[in-house]
Amino acid sequence: MAKYILKRLGLAILTIFIITLVLFILVRIMPGNPFPSERMSAEQIAAKRLEMGLDDPIVVQFINYIKNIFVNGSFGKGSSLYNGVPIKSVLPACISNSFRIGGMAILFGTIVGLILGICAALNKNHFLDVFCTVISIIGVCVPSYVFMIYLQYFFSYKITIFPFYFDKNQFLLSAVLPAISLSLFSIATIARFTRNEMVEVMDSDYVLLAQAKGMHGAPLITKHILRNALIPIVTVLAPLIVDLLTGALVVEKIYGINGIGKLMVDAIAGEGIDYNYVLALGIIYSALYTAVMLVVDVVYGLLDPRIRVTAKRG
Amino acid sequence: MSKKRIPFLNAAPVTEPAYIPTDEDFVFKENNDISIDKNFASQGYWKGVLVRFFKKKRPTLGLIIVLVIIILALFGPLISGYGNTEIISANVDGRQVTASSISPRVPWIHKLFTGEEYDDPFADHTFIFGTDTVGRDLFTRTCNGARISLLIAFVTIIIDMIIGMSYGLISGYFGGVADATMQRFVEIIYSVPRLVIVSVLATFMPKGVWLVIVALLLTEWIGMSKISRAEMMRMKDQECILASRTLGAKNGRIIFRDVLPNTIGPIITQVMFSIPTAIFTEAFLSFVGVGIVLPQCSVGSLIEDGFNNITTIPYQIIPPIIILALLMLGFNFIGDGLREALSPSIEDM
Repeated sequence: MAKYILKRLGLAILTIFIITLVLFILVRIMPGNPFPSERMSAEQIAAKRLEMGLDDPIVVQFINYIKNIFVNGSFGKGSSLYNGVPIKSVLPACISNSFRIGGMAILFGTIVGLILGICAALNKNHFLDVFCTVISIIGVCVPSYVFMIYLQYFFSYKITIFPFYFDKNQFLLSAVLPAISLSLFSIATIARFTRNEMVEVMDSDYVLLAQAKGMHGAPLITKHILRNALIPIVTVLAPLIVDLLTGALVVEKIYGINGIGKLMVDAIAGEGIDYNYVLALGIIYSALYTAVMLVVDVVYGLLDPRIRVTAKRG
Repeated sequence: MSKKRIPFLNAAPVTEPAYIPTDEDFVFKENNDISIDKNFASQGYWKGVLVRFFKKKRPTLGLIIVLVIIILALFGPLISGYGNTEIISANVDGRQVTASSISPRVPWIHKLFTGEEYDDPFADHTFIFGTDTVGRDLFTRTCNGARISLLIAFVTIIIDMIIGMSYGLISGYFGGVADATMQRFVEIIYSVPRLVIVSVLATFMPKGVWLVIVALLLTEWIGMSKISRAEMMRMKDQECILASRTLGAKNGRIIFRDVLPNTIGPIITQVMFSIPTAIFTEAFLSFVGVGIVLPQCSVGSLIEDGFNNITTIPYQIIPPIIILALLMLGFNFIGDGLREALSPSIEDM
């Protein structure tokens, strides 16, 4: 198992390295000028290029960039091209905001989704089952930002229960609406998946055997059915966690949350493209994605012995 | 027909004259008399798929929804009679008045219920969804937006299908080093979030339709390649492929003529699931502001427009959202139905 984890870790690090390299080269060799040439004179641009080290050979630039990430955690001499704010100073607050709201959403979504799915599977083809199906269809079909718009419209504008914009002094109160709207997609996916898995397990032979031996009710469900039905849910959870970080983009923009999503949107859709931010955030996003995938793979291997066996063989 | 009696051993002997066949017994059956077993008739694969697809309610509903939206997207602007970017205005006492922010109105329905006519310069205009702040008819724009969203989705997904299918089939067929290299490449692309690809693209491409299309092209083919690779792995050791190779077929023929038609089912299902993803992504990009540029519109940019005016005209955002949700619903239903119809389980037979 340790060997498997190490191998996966090595692959993940290699992947992140390659992505960083490719992103770096792409951003550097792309045609176009990173500076708004109509507002800056040639001398200013030359000075700025020298300051950011853009005239060095690309290999030197890349090595410096990587060195900077590890030595002082700054992404190059990275600061916004437009307001000069260094990435290093805004990043921690943004990441913590995004993670707390995303975490709340995934927690809420998983719990509600599991409960809904289990209820639906136990009352198959009954009212609750239909209700669960309708919820999951709505959750999959309507984007999270639409929920956000309407929640904001009704609960902050028509009835003022929650603050209209994100306010970090009232974190819990203002995190409710974005967390709910973000979690709806995961509720839908998890509920549908749990239901299908449970129905499949409930039809299997070993459950029939357990019933024949006289087991029924809660012990049968928790000890026999759920244990096997819940394992594959880890695989659905992985993309959901990553999606919550990227899907939070628009929700963060709408609700004015200072998170990495909003940072990214501002970098690509603001008054101009902010190369430094795009590069840094791109690396962070890819690293997050790879890390989550790695953790999920390992957890899955720990949960399900069958995976471990095949991994050893392969 | 004659009835032969079986004599019972212990029964009293029954005397019956021996049956003498007549000429009528030796006549060929007419074609009309020969009946074919209709209840358990054999049917072609695709016919079976069709029957199974339409037997269920949801896929049929999904297909109807998608068809209605396609028809609306194609002919909606003709019904309304306004141009997509036309700013509707009227001449009042020599002044130009634009029809901005008008609520949904159909004059004859209004007259039917209230007995009165509207008392503004646009009394005889029909705006089914109302107009936006600039004075453009929202119904026309919604139809056009749906058309652009659908067009982007279809074009990119079909190109993705071709790329992904070829990639997966070739990778699966040759195996070994080629396969390993190609799969590492896929893994690396797969571990870059779509957002990162879009934002890096946005650094050197102008905002607009092409940015969306290229972003989708770069990401969506991976799912298809995985499916067709798996199908190729399953197919390539079968006897039919061996037979084809024995007869002297070249690699290209085996890949594209022998295996490809057999993988088409799962691929079509994947296409049906990819189209809503493409529409969703396009809506998302347009909402963020790197997609469609004004005055052109797509579902996403219409939602953004509605969101910007939600406090003043809250109903403006509803039509594009409903169209988006219905498209997602329709394609997901079709995908589910196709998946079940293409690989029937024993229960369905």
